[in-house]
Amino acid sequence: MPEIREVVFVDGVRTPFGRAGEKGMYWQTRADDLAVKALQTLLERNPGLPTDRIDDVGIAATTQQGDQGLTLGRSVSILAGIPVTVPGFALDRMCAGAMTTAAFLGSTIAAGQNDVAIAGGVEHMGHHPLGLDADPNPRFISEKIVSPDALSMGLTAERLHDRFPELTKERADRFGMLSQHKVQAAYDRGDIQPDLVPIAVRSAEGWGLATEDEGRRPDTTMEVLAGLRTPFRPHGRVTAGNSSPLTDGATMSILAAADTARELGLPAKMRLVGSAFAGVQPEVMGLGPVPSTEKALKRAGLTISDIGLFELNEAFSVQVLSFVDHFGIADDDPRVNPWGGAIAYGHPLAASGVRLMIQLARQFEQHPEVRYGLTAMCVGLGQGGSVIWENPHFDGKKGK
Amino acid sequence: MTDYTTIDFTPLFDAAEGEVITHSYVRDVALASGRMLALITLDNGMDHTRPNTLGPLSLRALNTVLDSLQERAAAGEIDAIGITGKPFIFAAGADLSKVAALANRQNARLIAQHGHYVLGRLGKLGVPSFAFVNGLALGGAMEVALGCSYRTVDASAAALAFPEVFLGIIPGWGGATIVPNLIGIEKALEIIVSNPLKNNRMMKPAQAHELGLFDAIFPSARFLEESLRWADGVIGGAIEVDRPNVPGRLERLTKWPAAIKIARDTLKTRIGTAAKSPYFALDLLSAAKDGNIEAGFEREDDALTELISGDQFHASIYAFDLVQKRAKRPAGAPPKELAHRVQKVGVIGAGLMASQFALLFARKLRVPVLITDLDQARVDKGLDYIRGEIESMFEKGRLSRDEANQITALVRGTTDKSLYADCDWVIEAVFEELSVKQQVFAEIEPIISETAIIATNTSSLSVTEIGANLAHPERLVGFHFFNPVAVMPLIEVVRTPSTNDASLATAMDIARKLGKTAVITADRPGFVVNRLLAKVMGEAARALDEGTPLEVVEHALDPIGLPMGPFELIDLVGWKVAAHVQDTMVAAFPDRFYASPNLHAMADLEKPLVKNKQGKVEDLSREAKKALTLGKSPVSAEAILRRVEDELAGEIQLMLEEQVVVAAEDIDLCLILGAGWPFQAGGATPYLDRVGASERVDGKKFHDPAVAGEG
Repeated sequence: MPEIREVVFVDGVRTPFGRAGEKGMYWQTRADDLAVKALQTLLERNPGLPTDRIDDVGIAATTQQGDQGLTLGRSVSILAGIPVTVPGFALDRMCAGAMTTAAFLGSTIAAGQNDVAIAGGVEHMGHHPLGLDADPNPRFISEKIVSPDALSMGLTAERLHDRFPELTKERADRFGMLSQHKVQAAYDRGDIQPDLVPIAVRSAEGWGLATEDEGRRPDTTMEVLAGLRTPFRPHGRVTAGNSSPLTDGATMSILAAADTARELGLPAKMRLVGSAFAGVQPEVMGLGPVPSTEKALKRAGLTISDIGLFELNEAFSVQVLSFVDHFGIADDDPRVNPWGGAIAYGHPLAASGVRLMIQLARQFEQHPEVRYGLTAMCVGLGQGGSVIWENPHFDGKKGK
Repeated sequence: MTDYTTIDFTPLFDAAEGEVITHSYVRDVALASGRMLALITLDNGMDHTRPNTLGPLSLRALNTVLDSLQERAAAGEIDAIGITGKPFIFAAGADLSKVAALANRQNARLIAQHGHYVLGRLGKLGVPSFAFVNGLALGGAMEVALGCSYRTVDASAAALAFPEVFLGIIPGWGGATIVPNLIGIEKALEIIVSNPLKNNRMMKPAQAHELGLFDAIFPSARFLEESLRWADGVIGGAIEVDRPNVPGRLERLTKWPAAIKIARDTLKTRIGTAAKSPYFALDLLSAAKDGNIEAGFEREDDALTELISGDQFHASIYAFDLVQKRAKRPAGAPPKELAHRVQKVGVIGAGLMASQFALLFARKLRVPVLITDLDQARVDKGLDYIRGEIESMFEKGRLSRDEANQITALVRGTTDKSLYADCDWVIEAVFEELSVKQQVFAEIEPIISETAIIATNTSSLSVTEIGANLAHPERLVGFHFFNPVAVMPLIEVVRTPSTNDASLATAMDIARKLGKTAVITADRPGFVVNRLLAKVMGEAARALDEGTPLEVVEHALDPIGLPMGPFELIDLVGWKVAAHVQDTMVAAFPDRFYASPNLHAMADLEKPLVKNKQGKVEDLSREAKKALTLGKSPVSAEAILRRVEDELAGEIQLMLEEQVVVAAEDIDLCLILGAGWPFQAGGATPYLDRVGASERVDGKKFHDPAVAGEG
């Protein structure tokens, strides 16, 4: 057996995220085409990587049918012009699909089974509404294995409010509003655009070019948020303003063994420290990142205070708040989602994990004082996923 | 110079009522540099099976958009303009069927001028314009691209072409003037004159890029994204556009006239001078040497006016519709669902024709195919030929190793006819003699199932008589290929009075799967093509026998524009076969057809004709002159032409009365596909109407309304 090798996140890109549905910019764009365009652009900007050196292409999607069917990793790889000798696979862990793909392929590299791999995800929620055509086993309900609430993500968020009364709607709304503001600030600074792949989009008015995330609402105020309806419960707390919207988009990344990256002259934007996944009760799925993070930290020999930057997927405000509360972190801690999150960018389910990595990698570059960062997200049906990364730019000065 | 802005195009718009309009949508696209590009999308709102077309109302819509974009450019709101198409399709040019309908002489000129007016603006909007040719682009669509300052092309675009000359016109919205000034005269001649005459050959994107028609080529997966990025680079100056093929002074002075002369001579030799459009194109390309684009546009206006309002264009559109539409919906065909599924083919014979059949059936149907002959040696010879052909297709890259192996394994030979028991389709390719054909079917019928289809490739015998002794004559069809089998696109499917619908439907289905166009004919002597070619060959033989010099006879029919003179044709099909066809037709219709002992005499000669380097017939050989008995009352070329025209018109009228085919259109379709008769003649009947032959013979034309221009 080969030794454990160091694994690096070489680079990542994503499509601008579109609003799902007929009015969204990707309504006439195929999901697999989004993935192909992202993958081609990623390879194009890493010309040092000969495509025949790629050992595997893993692409995640929650719904694997229609334009997300046919073993995405394989079909997208072929469509992107990668040699047919390179294998590919599709993976599903609902929202943590791309994150799992990256963690899994990272592990294979660490174990010496691969040198270079592509990890990505795509979700066209306009074409594939969550749960459409799903056929949940009736035992879930008849035997009360899970609460009926577990199958509606919005209701799981309401359940978190129930469980933690201190997580008020006001806190959730404020978190959502700040996410919108932080995202716009990041755009204004030009932090986001470099990793976006422009996508030609067809509409009734002809072709256009998608260059930015479509669902952002930078003008969001608390007043407006207070007035939004609560679609999951009468007089509930979860609204469109403190939830991530239904989204279309794709993400792609290159992972490599550090020695292979050196050999090929590829950059190393992050070093993989470790990852973990964990389960919770499905009806409070938003809590998932808590145990997965504890597990990952423990295995890495780190504590929460070692983490200098958090990229947490904002499926719902309340779900992120339950995480920060658990770890004793303030709602507006500058380490948490400094560039905002999914409430503003959007959350194309299986694709989102790699978006977190792309943004953490950029932030590492700007924060050499930070040594460790965490990407984490909750997963439908009660799971959490966490990946800890080390900053190769870390200069040891402030040591966090 | 013509000031196109002052022309009133209203008559054109009025005539264009009902046009399927291609819309010009506009969206602003922010480029990475921050510059703004207004992107026009051409889209008629239908899928790729109904390509965008550029009729008068569509161009007017584009023009309106250009008005506002020009204003926005002047106001500094946009830095560039782009134009692209809908998925798979940029545009297919003017809607030519509509052009034919609305083209009186006045409108013909307006059509030309309107194109120049609107497309001419693309390069004068005050900001650079970019054509992003994302898919199929033909004719006028190519000229939209040429009108722009810069062009990119999708590496997967289905086809790019200037098919105008093929259809009896010329690229008259700038193409004939801009192309030679962009890529040089020789390449311009190739794509504007030569390609259309090579059965409308089209360019692949890589080739069009190589020729210099496009400045950049990008793969389809991100064609528009990369084109926009490229455009951004061009506007900003980071990308310099190199056009190495733009002709220099020296090329204009020396190469240009020489190339035109060579092209003109070649054209005369190859197709004669009957077709107008290639010569109009040559004249325009020649004149384009002056590099004066505006003068060129005027010359194009004049040429289009002539051609669009002339007969040849109308006949060409008629012919184009036949091969595009009627060929796909064969007249008189029974419902497709009646066709039997053919899972094993039996070819009777192992000679050259039989082997060609076996190869074609195996290649196209991918089912087992059997060949047979009297002895194993002949069978083996056939198999060797087939395997050799498959190998050569593999070597040429037309088949992969796997495919070649598959097809080789599918074709088997035997002398044991019992192996034919499970064939669903049996076709004979044995000697062209009634008793022989009857005998092979008598032998095979008891072996095969009662519903297996039996087909005969006879060209001159009665299919009904061939099947006279069959227990089940209802499953017999004629299936008449043309030589060379793999190349010629026509099959005459012959229905006898007993043929049932299932057999006919199966034959039509097989023909389609073989990639051929099938026309259903009645079981009448010579079916369609041979019956009419027998007229041509017979009249030629008659004139020769009368003492007319061969050279005169050979060129007498030049005004029709046939692909070859009558003796070149006879020489190609073989003197023996030709003599046999004439004999057969005379036997059937002794008072209307002409057989000559001289044809038989020629068949025995080693070298009957003198031919020039291009293979054109110049004279009888010395040997032939000795062997033939010729008369002393020569006739003029005009008289021969007149005879042929009248004989054809009369024979076609008889054929329609006999219901050999459903309509005159089917006769023309057969002549175009089976004998290469020209588009500009519309096959035969529009030409015969045009020259008055139909009226001379029968007092009425074949077509009403006439397939003709305004003159």
